[in-house]
Order: sequence, then structure tokens, then C-alpha cells
Amino acid sequence: MSEYIGDNSRTGSSEESGTFDEWIPSFCARFGHEYFCQVPTEFIEDDFNMTGLGQEVPHYRKALDLILDLEAMSDEEGQDSEEPVSRSIVEHAAEQLYGLVHARYILTKPGLQAMAEKFDHKEFGTCPRYYCGGMQMLPCGLTDTLGKLTVRLYCPSCQDLYLPQSSRHLCLEGAFWGTSFPGVFLKHFKELEDYVDRKNKETYELRVFGFRIADEAPSGTRMRWLRQYPKTSEEQLELQDCEFQIPKVQ
Amino acid sequence: MADVEMTEARLDTAEGSISSEYVEFWIDLFLGRKGHEYFCDVDTDYITDRFNLINLQKTVNKFTQVIQYIVDELDDGVLEQMSSARLEQLEHDARKLYGLIHARYVITIKGLQKMLQKYKEADFGRCPRVYCNFQPLLPVGLHDTPGVDCVKLYCPCCEDLYIPKSSRHSAIDGAYFGTSFPGMFLQAFPEMVPPRPVKRYVPRIFGFELHKQAQVARWQELQRRKLVHSLEQRGIDGGWK
Repeated sequence: MSEYIGDNSRTGSSEESGTFDEWIPSFCARFGHEYFCQVPTEFIEDDFNMTGLGQEVPHYRKALDLILDLEAMSDEEGQDSEEPVSRSIVEHAAEQLYGLVHARYILTKPGLQAMAEKFDHKEFGTCPRYYCGGMQMLPCGLTDTLGKLTVRLYCPSCQDLYLPQSSRHLCLEGAFWGTSFPGVFLKHFKELEDYVDRKNKETYELRVFGFRIADEAPSGTRMRWLRQYPKTSEEQLELQDCEFQIPKVQ
Repeated sequence: MADVEMTEARLDTAEGSISSEYVEFWIDLFLGRKGHEYFCDVDTDYITDRFNLINLQKTVNKFTQVIQYIVDELDDGVLEQMSSARLEQLEHDARKLYGLIHARYVITIKGLQKMLQKYKEADFGRCPRVYCNFQPLLPVGLHDTPGVDCVKLYCPCCEDLYIPKSSRHSAIDGAYFGTSFPGMFLQAFPEMVPPRPVKRYVPRIFGFELHKQAQVARWQELQRRKLVHSLEQRGIDGGWK
């Protein structure tokens, strides 16, 4: 049903372009689907890219046909004659399939480019942390299996994970972006890392009438380490010791 | 029920307002306004006590009138004679003054109790950080002078500052809560200090951690262990989870 809501919102353009809506653009244009980028049909048509997805998604063939608009023309006839599977089930399978392909696509060069454009336009939202100064965030999954956890947002500036601000993004499947995406993105766009390194690393400390709170107090600072970065040469040396493991505390 | 009683009391004191049945206190109107969810109800006794208002006289024009307006003791006759521009100014001043008194009130015992209630109901929102597990936040200002910066939210779990989700809230002046409020609050209710999460995120590619980020994360963990060590030597449990 929700597909038709999506259709309504873009009737203006679809009426001109043809008799039916392409599935992928209409899926990405749906309310709450702002985090998705459009996967080109060529990518999906390449069987190599779809390796292993047949086992993960039910009604794989029908879902694939739906995504590629291969049965859109003979929609109702096909349903009556050969298959008892209801359209909503196939629709759901198609969404899952698209999500999983999406997770693969965004790790490719054109996919990263497409996501970078969305990143630049702040379409994934900005970091809620005050000292990050509105840094753009990247969508990220905490698992690559379906149905486990919803999407999280990674801030490259504070290197932390946040929940999406809007509830319509809170229910998106994390596996549709995958666990590797922020890492690959950071490694692909080196300038982002450099930019983050140059940012000032200001932190907050609780104060009462201008005075620090003692470490001994229950509300004393316990989390400073999380936002701390090596500054002095001594700390740099310490950082080198941390290359492979954490040294013992004397 | 309390509302009805208050309204009646109000009707007794002001003659001009009998015409309208539904007179409400200015403070209640102010608190009921959309976007004012962070504010708590300041006792009228507190507002009318001159001692609590020391040094606030300079912040607004016609200070006494504004105070009377806030506690609804201003004669309706006076109000009716005012031009609409003056009324607007009065309303604006009243909001500012209420905010500044509010900042003082919330660090008193009574104010802290009221804020505790709001904190327990997560009226100030919850921490967006994943590993903080929906920890309720506390409002805080970065400056005590009005007009400098907007209100921020302090998370007692990750000890960091966040910008309020809604633009209605992020536009409130930070001075209306003050710089000392969260510190005072957690000193007053140490049992409200949550255990700090040790878990953190390191970006991975196909399960392998990014070396540079992981190295910094290890260094940060080392700093944490040092802190644990130094606290242990003083016999203090850091309260991590």
C-alpha cells in the first residue's frame, strides 16, 4: 500500500514520463527513504553482484522482477494466472532484496560517489553533539543480517554512533547499509579524515559556579577519555605503543 | 482542582477580569506554550521575594511592573491603558525575566526536586548516542548572561553536550537554565548518576577494524584504564558498566 502513497507524491513527473512508475526511483522517493541512493538497474542485472542473495530473500525471482519493473505491465494478469503469492509479500521481499543490493552497491565506486553527494547535502542528518559543529553523518549497520538491528548514524568527527533524529528513520533496517560502509567511505575519501583531524577537539566539563567537580564525586569526570586525542609528544609516544595492543597500566 | 481554586483566587483580586471566566495565570500560560517544555513552575513566593531578584533589576525596563505581570498582580486597568507595542514589550520582558529567575530557582532544593521529576519523565529528551541507551538528558547553558548562546543538553552518561532535537527547544536561551544546573543536580541526587558505558564503536570493513581509528580507540581505552587505576588507588569505584 505504501507504494501507492509514494506514487501520489510524484505523480506530476510520472504522468509525463510514461504510464507506470519505475520501482527503484519510487522506492527511493518514498517518505522516510531519504537514506537510500538509487542503484542502477545494470548493477542489479549483473548476476555476479547478486551472488548469495537468492538464499536470503524469499520469492527471489519475483522480487527481482518487481525491482527491475519486468512484470509491471502485466501486473494483474500475472497474479491471477500463475502465482498465489500476494503482491504485498512480493513487495516486502523486493524491499529486502533492494536493501541488500543497496548495501553492496554503496561499497562500489559509483555507489560511494552517490552516497558522497547525499552526505554533502546532509541528507543523513548532522551530528547532534554540540562540539561536532553540525558534522554530517553516515548511515551504518551494526550487523549484516536482516531483521537484527536498525540503522545507526556514524559521525566521522567524534567517531561515535547515534540514533537517527526522526522516528521515520528509526525503523530502517541496518543491514541495508551494512557494517562496512562508513569504513570504506572514510578510506575512499581521504580528505574527510584530514578534515576531521584538523577540527578542534573541544570537550565539555561539568562545572558548578565555574568550579570543576572533583574526580572523587559520583558525578566526577569519567568519560573524558572518549573524546580525548593525543596532543603532547609524550601522548604521541603512548599512542605508538597502542599500535597493536593496549599496554599495561603501571 | 488546584487550577479551579487558583482561578477563583485570581478573580477575587482583580476586578476587571470577571468578564472572562477562563482567566489563567501568566506562568501557567507560559509553561503551556509549545516549546516551553523544559521550564519548570517557579513558585510565586520565590519570584516575589526580593532577595532572589538581586542583580536582575537591570535586565529589564520597569522591573516591578514586569514582576507584577508575571505573578498576575498587575491591575487590569494598567494593562488596558498600554499600547499593543508596550504590551508586547512587557510580555517579552516577562519571558526573559522568568527565564533568568528560573535559572536561579532550578538550583534551589525545591527547583531541583521539580527538575528531578521532569528528568525522570525525560522531558528534556534522551541521549541520541547509541551506547548511552536512551539516557535522559539535562538542560544546561554555556553562559550565564542572556543572549549569548542557546540551551544545550547534557548527558550524564557520556558527559557530553547535545543540541536539542527540535528547533523550538534549540532556540531557548541557555541562560534560562544556567551553567551550574546539571552539576548541581547530580551533586544533589548522586543516585541519579548513571553507570558510564565502556562500549564504543570503531569502524570496520568486512569485520576488520580500521587501523588508525582502532589505534586511537586503544589509546583512549588506555586513558580510561589509567583513570580506573588512579580511582582504585583512592578506593573509589568508577561506576562503569
